[in-house]
Parts: sequence; structure tokens; C-alpha cells
Amino acid sequence: MVDASHDSQASQMQNAAPDERVRKESFFKRLLTRPELGSVSGALLVFLFFAIVAGDSGMFNADGILNWSTVSAQLGILAIGACLLMIAGEFDLSIGSMIGFAGMMMSIPALYWGWPVWTCIIFAFAGAMLIGFINGYIVVRTGLPSFIVSLAFLFILRGLTIALSILFTNKTIVSGVSEVAEGDLLAAAFGGQIGTSFFNWLGQIGWIETYSDGSPIVSGIPMVIIWWLLLATISSFVLLRTQFGNWIFAAGGDAKAAKNVGVPTDKVKIILFMFTAFCATVFAACQVFEFGSAAADRGLLKEFEAIIAVVIGGALLTGGYGSVVGACFGALIFGVVQMGIFFTGADSDWFRVFLGVMLLIAVLFNNYIRKRVTGSL
Amino acid sequence: MSEYILELKKVSRYFGSVIALKDIDMQIKLGEVHCLLGDNGAGKSTLIKTLAGVHLASEGEFLLNGVPTAFSSPKDALDKGIATVYQDLALVNLMSVTRNFFMGREITKQWGPFKVFDTEKANAIASEGLAQMGIDVRDPEHPIGTMSGGERQCLAIARAIHFGAKVLILDEPTAALGVKQSANVLKVIAKARSRGLAVILITHNVHHAYPVADRFTLLNRGKSLGTWKKSETTREEILEMMAGGQELENLEAELAEFNRVDQQTATA
Ligand SMILES: Nc1ncnc2c1ncn2[C@@H]1O[C@H](COP(=O)(O)OP(=O)(O)OP(=O)(O)O)[C@@H](O)[C@H]1O
Ligand SMILES: [Mg+2]
Repeated sequence: MVDASHDSQASQMQNAAPDERVRKESFFKRLLTRPELGSVSGALLVFLFFAIVAGDSGMFNADGILNWSTVSAQLGILAIGACLLMIAGEFDLSIGSMIGFAGMMMSIPALYWGWPVWTCIIFAFAGAMLIGFINGYIVVRTGLPSFIVSLAFLFILRGLTIALSILFTNKTIVSGVSEVAEGDLLAAAFGGQIGTSFFNWLGQIGWIETYSDGSPIVSGIPMVIIWWLLLATISSFVLLRTQFGNWIFAAGGDAKAAKNVGVPTDKVKIILFMFTAFCATVFAACQVFEFGSAAADRGLLKEFEAIIAVVIGGALLTGGYGSVVGACFGALIFGVVQMGIFFTGADSDWFRVFLGVMLLIAVLFNNYIRKRVTGSL
Repeated sequence: MSEYILELKKVSRYFGSVIALKDIDMQIKLGEVHCLLGDNGAGKSTLIKTLAGVHLASEGEFLLNGVPTAFSSPKDALDKGIATVYQDLALVNLMSVTRNFFMGREITKQWGPFKVFDTEKANAIASEGLAQMGIDVRDPEHPIGTMSGGERQCLAIARAIHFGAKVLILDEPTAALGVKQSANVLKVIAKARSRGLAVILITHNVHHAYPVADRFTLLNRGKSLGTWKKSETTREEILEMMAGGQELENLEAELAEFNRVDQQTATA
């Protein structure tokens, strides 16, 4: 489309002096428009705080670190799905219920129907993503707020989980999954650990503490952390560097505008509803195969925790803006504070107070950023 | 190859009980600027949305290059070379200049096993496209929320031209613009025509339309009053024909009267 004369014109422009109307913005001001700024600096503050207050409580020993990073990873996995969906302008309040449901979908067939464990895992993922699809399909087809549609699924799934597990097993907690999952590679991909020999060696040379029998107190990195890092990397890459990522921003920024230039916003949203369901199932699988059990009340309130992490991570509730890295740091703050309060011995009620205050500050801050970005400030 | 790139035959569009368009006939030729005039609510936006694949026509025939066609979606229309710059511009404020420019048609490059959005090339193309309209982009990765209305207008037009449109539809492109930017947009329209594009220009402002237009179609309350070639008519006739032409004359007379009174009070 571009002919030669325009090329030369443009290159002249690029060689010309910088536009006199560009004011040099300070490094700090530019930093302010990054969505992850709040959560990264928040995480630093939180670390600093607990290093001072709880530095000698064991929170920063090997097992302490493992503790809060596992909590962060679990929430982080949910937050990644919720983050992409929120950037695309939708919510999923059924994440928490999905955790319980997916847990049962993989445990009951394994324990009561004699399915091989790996087929149960695949079955659970397929089932969860199908529900995610239905959720998304209803939202884009009816144009109803996803808040309401997924709220309905919150109740439907939780109710189904309890009713069906009683129907099939007469119980709401099924255990004994570890025994049947022994030797199953796919189960190990969720409930296993990696680097066990490395941690053994660390214990031998005395870098980490050991139990009296010589085994290290941290025997490896749980797979849940690996899943967190893996999903964070892939999602962030997709969001920032690919065509689909641009569609996510466009769908949430202004779905009508995006549709008018040919972005398949409905498809994008449905895929992301399926992805949140996928993330919830990863969470469920990690729990089921680490603890060897599934419970009908697993994942209670997790949807709100995930949304809080995403908002602390700088995403706008109205869509179109946010960051996967930010959401992961939001989850990290969450995990560190939760375990930090435990380690300092403070009353855990303070954790809720802290959460609420953090959420409020984050929302106010994000609102300010949005106004700056859209030029209304 | 038909004489006309686009042809509408008795196209109607209803929204429930509302008759937004009734029996519209229109022919669009490559290398011509076709101006669509009409009052608020006359159905101009609805007409171009049917051209652009946003709405389907309720009745009537739609020929693209002589072939009966129905666009299934805006993307379908875009792929067939019909690009539209909407009144609301179809831009996302929170996204950067470049991301907006390539929204829905991202250019990618191979990065190892992955296909990634080619940011550098996209930045260069977007800056270049806007530079051709006399707009210096300060930072193509900056969100467009802070750009002026005129700058955003030009971004939307530059985007349509870049993607190789054969028919460029502009819904009131000069409505929000200053004198200089309006002139720029009109120049861009003339340039697009000289490249052989068909341009459909929608406006209230005959003074903007007249210098660049080759044909005029007048809409009134969902019906076409007819199409005129520029050589067959004058600016005044068109003004007259537009609903309110008479009123405008009255208004001018009234304003002149105010002026006279003002001057009298000033000298007194
Ligand atoms: N989606 C819709 N549903 C119902 N009625 C509609 C719809 N879209 C447009 N209309 C009606 O169709 C008529 C024509 O509207 P349209 O937007 O095409 O006017 P216009 O000529 O573009 O006006 P303007 O100059 O103000 O932009 C109006 O009366 C409007 O209320
Ligand atoms: Mg209109």
C-alpha cells in the first residue's frame, strides 16, 4: 500500500528532531501507567514488613518459604485465569465451586468406578471446560452480565457437587486417592514434586535443615508451584505478544468497537471462560493428588480471593486493562500475608481486615491509573 | 466486472416496528466520492451499517461487483474490501495506537515455534500511516485515550486505508474536527479516490462535502430523495433539497438581522 515517496517522507520524519510537544515524562510517571506497579511494590513492602516483624519466626526458612509459596501458587493459578477473563471484560464467580466439582469428577470415577486415574483427570478437565463453555456461551448469547450468570453456576455447581457425591458415595469427603494414583504419571504431574534429589543433596551438605532421620524438611518443589510459573509464563506471553492477546484487550476495552473491526469477541470470551475452568481444575487436581482426597466444600470463597488478587494486580473491573504478572504478585501478597500472620501468631481475623483494606487501596489506585490512561485526568 | 463496485436495489431495513430504511437504490463506483446527505435520524448510519455487514438488509438486493452478496459479519465485509470508519470510530481508548491500528488484523512474525504480534513493524506502519495524514505520533505504544478527537479520527481512516479497502465508508469524519484537520481529512479522501478507491462520505455539512464529492444521495426519513452528479447540480440546490435548506436560509436572514441590530446599538 505504501509507495516510495511516502517512505522517504516518513524516514525524514523519523530523522527529524523529536516532536516539540512531547514533554519528557519522569521515569516515575511512566512507571505509574504500568498495571503491575501496585502489586510489585506492594509485594516488596509486605516482604519488608514480615522480614522485620517475623524474620526470626521461621517464615523465611526453607519450609516457611515453601509454605507461603504454595499458598500463593494455588491462588495464583486461579488468579491467572480470572485475570485474562477480567481483562476481556467478564467475571467468573463459579471458580470456587468448580474446584469442588472438578475434584469430585476426578476422585469418584477413580475410587468407585474403577477408572484408571489418568482417564479420570482427563474426564475432569473435559467436564470442567464444557461447563466453562456453557457459562461463556450463555453470557455472550444473552448479553447478560457474567456476574449473574456465573453466580448461578456458583450455586448450581456447589449443589451438584454435594448432591452427586452423596448420591454416588454417600459421603461428602472421599479419600484414598493416593493409593489408586500410585504410579500414575498424570497424577504425579499434579500431586508430585520435582527436584527431590537436589533437595536431598542440599540437606546432606547442610544448606537446609533435616529431620532426625536425615531427610530434608523440604523434600522438593510441589508441582502446584511449577504449574503456577508455567501458566503465568504462557498466559503473559499470549496476552502481551500474540494476536489473541490483542483480542483479549480489545474485547474488554470495547467489545462493540472490537466486533466492528472483525475481532471475534464472543469466541475470545468463551475460550477464556473455558480457560478459567481449566485453571480451577488444575488447582483441584493439585489438591486432590497432594492430599489424596476430595471434599465437596473445597474451594469455598476462592472466586473472591482470585478476583482480589487480580484487582490488586492492577486489572480494571471494567475490563481492557490488566496484567498477568500483576495478578501473580497479587496472589503472592495474599500468600505471604496469610502465612505471615500465621507465623507472627497474630489473630487471623486481622488477615481479613488487611484483605479488605488492600482491596480498597488497589481499587482506588487503579481508578486513578485508568483516568490517567484514558486522558480524563 | 460490473460498472459498479457496489449496488443496492430496493434495500430496506426494519428494527422491529421502526422503518429505518425503505427501498434505497444506490450505485457506488470505484474512483468516485459518493456523498450521503441527510438530517439526524435520516438513516445514514443504518445504511452504511448494512453496507458494512453490521446489519443485514431486511429486504432488497445487494450486489458486490455485480454479484448478489450478503455479508455475514463486519469481518466478512472487511475481507471483501469494504472498510468503515464509524461515527464512534471503533477504537479502544485503553489500547495503544499500534494495537488499535491492527486490532482484528494483527500482523505476526515467527518467533521460534510461536507466532507473535510483530510490534516493531506494526509500530512503524502505524506511525507512517498517521504521518501521511499529517499527524505525528509521539509514542505508538501509548494508549489512545489521551489523543485528540481529530487524531483518533485520522487513526481510524489510516487504518482502513492501510488494510487495502476498495470501498472506504466514512461516517461524519469531519464532525469533530478543527478547520485544519477537516481539510486534512478531505485531502485524504481525495487521495483515496485518486488511488482508485470508492469513498462513501456521510456528512451534514454540504460545504465539506461539495468540494470532494462526485455524486450526492439525499436521505430523508429513511427514504432516498435521489442521486445527483456534481456536474448536474450546484451547492445551493443541494442545500435547498436537504430538509431544512429553507430553514437555513431563514436562519441566515435572522442572523443578519441580529447583526444589524447589534451594530445599531453599538453606534447609538
Ligand atoms: N438498532 C436500532 N434499533 C432500533 N432503531 C434503530 C436502530 N438503529 C437505528 N434506529 C433508528 O433508525 C433511524 C435512523 O438512525 P440512524 O442512526 O441511521 O440515523 P443517522 O442518519 O445516522 O443520524 P445522525 O445524523 O444523527 O447520525 C433512527 O430513527 C433510529 O432511532
Ligand atoms: Mg449517524
